[in-house]
Amino acid sequence: MKNNVELNAFLTDLLPFASVEQGKQYPEIVVPLEKWHETAQKLYENQQVPFDYMIDFTAVDYLTKFMVVYHLESTQTHDLVVVKTYLEDRQKPLIETVSDVWATAEFNEREVFDLFGIRFHNHPDLRRLFLEDDYGFPLRKDFKDEINVIELSN
Amino acid sequence: MLLNSLTDMSEETINNVIIKEDDDYVVNMGPQHPSTHGVLRLEVFLNGETVKKLVPHIGYIHRGIEKMCEADTYKQVIHLTDRMDYLSAHMNNEAVCLAVENALGIEVPERVKYIRVILDELTRIASHHLWWSAFGMDLGALTAFFYGMRDREKILAIFEESFGSRLLHSFNTPGGLMHDVHPNFQKHTMEFVKYFRKKLPEYKQLLTDNVIFHNRTKGIGKMSRETAIAYGVTGPSGRGSGFECDVRKVAPYGLYDQIKFKEILHDEGDSFARYLVRMEEMEESLNILEQVADNVPEGDFTAKMKPIIKLPEGEYYQRVETARGELGVYIVSDGKKFPYRMRFRSPNFGNLFVLNTLAKGGLIADLVAISGSLDLVIPDIDR
Amino acid sequence: MILDIYSFSTLTANIDNSLHNVMAPWLAVATELVLIGLLFLIFYALLGLFLVYLERKVCAVMQNRIGPNRVGKWGILQTIADLIKLVTKELIPIKNADNFLFNLAPFIVIIASFMAMAALPFAKGLQAIDFNIGIFYVIAVSSLGVIGILIAGWSSSSKYSLIGAMRSGAQVVSYELSVGLSLLAIVVYTGSLQLSTIVQSQADGWWIFKGQIPAIIAFIIYLIASTAEINRGPFDLAEAESELTAGFHTEYSGIKFAFFFLAEYINMFIVAGIAATLFLGGWMPLHIGHWEAFNRIMDYIPSIVWFFGKTFFIIYIIMWFKWTFPRLRIDQLLNLEWKYLLPLSLINIVLISFVVLMGWYF
Repeated sequence: MKNNVELNAFLTDLLPFASVEQGKQYPEIVVPLEKWHETAQKLYENQQVPFDYMIDFTAVDYLTKFMVVYHLESTQTHDLVVVKTYLEDRQKPLIETVSDVWATAEFNEREVFDLFGIRFHNHPDLRRLFLEDDYGFPLRKDFKDEINVIELSN
Repeated sequence: MLLNSLTDMSEETINNVIIKEDDDYVVNMGPQHPSTHGVLRLEVFLNGETVKKLVPHIGYIHRGIEKMCEADTYKQVIHLTDRMDYLSAHMNNEAVCLAVENALGIEVPERVKYIRVILDELTRIASHHLWWSAFGMDLGALTAFFYGMRDREKILAIFEESFGSRLLHSFNTPGGLMHDVHPNFQKHTMEFVKYFRKKLPEYKQLLTDNVIFHNRTKGIGKMSRETAIAYGVTGPSGRGSGFECDVRKVAPYGLYDQIKFKEILHDEGDSFARYLVRMEEMEESLNILEQVADNVPEGDFTAKMKPIIKLPEGEYYQRVETARGELGVYIVSDGKKFPYRMRFRSPNFGNLFVLNTLAKGGLIADLVAISGSLDLVIPDIDR
Repeated sequence: MILDIYSFSTLTANIDNSLHNVMAPWLAVATELVLIGLLFLIFYALLGLFLVYLERKVCAVMQNRIGPNRVGKWGILQTIADLIKLVTKELIPIKNADNFLFNLAPFIVIIASFMAMAALPFAKGLQAIDFNIGIFYVIAVSSLGVIGILIAGWSSSSKYSLIGAMRSGAQVVSYELSVGLSLLAIVVYTGSLQLSTIVQSQADGWWIFKGQIPAIIAFIIYLIASTAEINRGPFDLAEAESELTAGFHTEYSGIKFAFFFLAEYINMFIVAGIAATLFLGGWMPLHIGHWEAFNRIMDYIPSIVWFFGKTFFIIYIIMWFKWTFPRLRIDQLLNLEWKYLLPLSLINIVLISFVVLMGWYF
């Protein structure tokens, strides 16, 4: 795609249920949680700008909800989009896996599961990646480590 | 409707463990093993010497850098990024600096851009030196190690002269550099370029042209372009499979849109292709250094910065090409002096997890040749 | 003819006579055995120390380094310091190991190398036993060492050790063939298995020169195959440290490890010694056909110098291999033997037989 306006128009067409807007750097797509897997497949499989390279995937804890962020790039046109989903249920956060779409998601999802406790439906091998099984979820903002106390000042 | 059914799933289905068959011969490579280059544990399921399956276990040096970043100012964060991929320390610093500078809309002085490019390329060469040394050693060519180290020493001496430290110099700071470089910096850089141009043929003689080396690496660990993209394998490892993932070309930063250089691409996708990409990249880095090192303009070494940096509210993403691939820095700011969330997309992460796909069906010796050619730095994966 | 001034036979005969004069014959023989044993033990230890020092220096030269240089002049005492360290180190017991076999293995390896040394002619008249089937004996005895390696790998109850031992077994069994066949080349030339006869037969020129091209082929095959047989780089798969940490001796510590270490170096010496004896004339000085004056000058260099000079030259070549080549993979290693070296040596044997029958050699 030549410019962001064109890309945004294309994305709006592709994903009618999502809100597409131009962010500070890249187009940002916010999709409803239920539509996430469908969105992923559409982004990956479309002919014009196939977003086949998942650069980055992570989550942010907003204390009331989780935000899950995907940075996707098309290796053909080198367009980059940011896809976001919000998980309102903080007790049992659950989202569908996209490891069947992008292979690297399998391990990124394990990392997010490890650090945030977000679970991924249909994930083939959802184990913790770095930490022990009984460790908490350290990147949650309300995480308290009683043994090695790290006081965050902000 | 879908979600309701999802939430009912039981806890047991989540922690599914690896199932070991009775006749599997399981060997744990690591966490202390000479060829894993750090505390990586590979659980290798063998049939004789053939690798049936491979499960990487990481987290032995997980330090929670992302969590620590949430309690540090942006200037302090720089010093944590060094400790991820310690061989690309400078690029890691630069990624955070660029993210902060772009967020604040600061234009850094030209001099800083030039010096950053020089340091980028010197660091890249030094990192490839170490990889070359260790790769030779993985394959049993022990002499290679000392040749690589000999030349790497020259670069580290340049670093030491200017910054006082050799590996983790944390020389970048948002807005520019900590202080100006040593007056001899450019001269010694040019001297190194001349010196290393003469030494590169030695590398070719010792390893690149060796028949045994060809037998050990050619056709070993074939990775298709699709696999590389799917697993997010970037850097020289990805480019060995023909994946055009050089961030310096795809999303230029700093001076890279003004410099002439080729993106090295090989299509074979085997260990030898990945090897060649790195060897040619060293030469290409020398070309870049030649263009830049003589033309560093005079000027300030830093832009005017406030003592406490506060990013405006929002999200920022910065991509940088390190010696191992694409490093992404994702900053979520809530307008305070600490980042609300900081995330590093480490290049080695994707490079490690493709290992199972590549090593399956090969021999143990191939596994060493493949993991060596992927050039893993474990602290970067664990963070 | 060859000068007798440096011959050891008069010395040994004198000792033999004087012992027989003061003792009963059986006691004299027993004393001689003990003396030779002691002599070999001392020689063995000194040789091991020296070879380790040499290896470190050679490898340092290859790698742009200085090598050991702190303990003693030029670091000569470095290996002695290492030895003291190894001897005083704790012998770590392995919990699930088969203790009897675990402790036996280093001795098997070291005894095998010790036995092979008995047949080597070090100088004129300096040979412990001159078997009439000397070569056969050396091949038979030197391949016993692999049993020790297999036992070590099996009894350590460590997976790395087992893989290393199995690799070593496959490797030694395969390369033994090429070693035997390439040695057979010289046996065909001389018509004798006795090492002293073989050395004598080279009085007018070494076999590598006299034997034409087949002898050179045999020499090269022997060099490759014997490097593989003693598990040295680039064929050091049994202890490939980047794959198997240390292979079959992963679990050994202290003096038991030192035994394996020492045996490896002594095996290298034996292999080089045999190569020197069979292809390069052993202790025989460099003689060229009928150049009497030249031959006479060469005779003034003592035979023991000739032997050790040639042996260390070959040792240097073997070390050179190790420090410049990457390691082969196990399937490539076996391919090299079964697909290339073995057919080549078989053809070579036929060729040599033909050459000998026709008398086409000097």
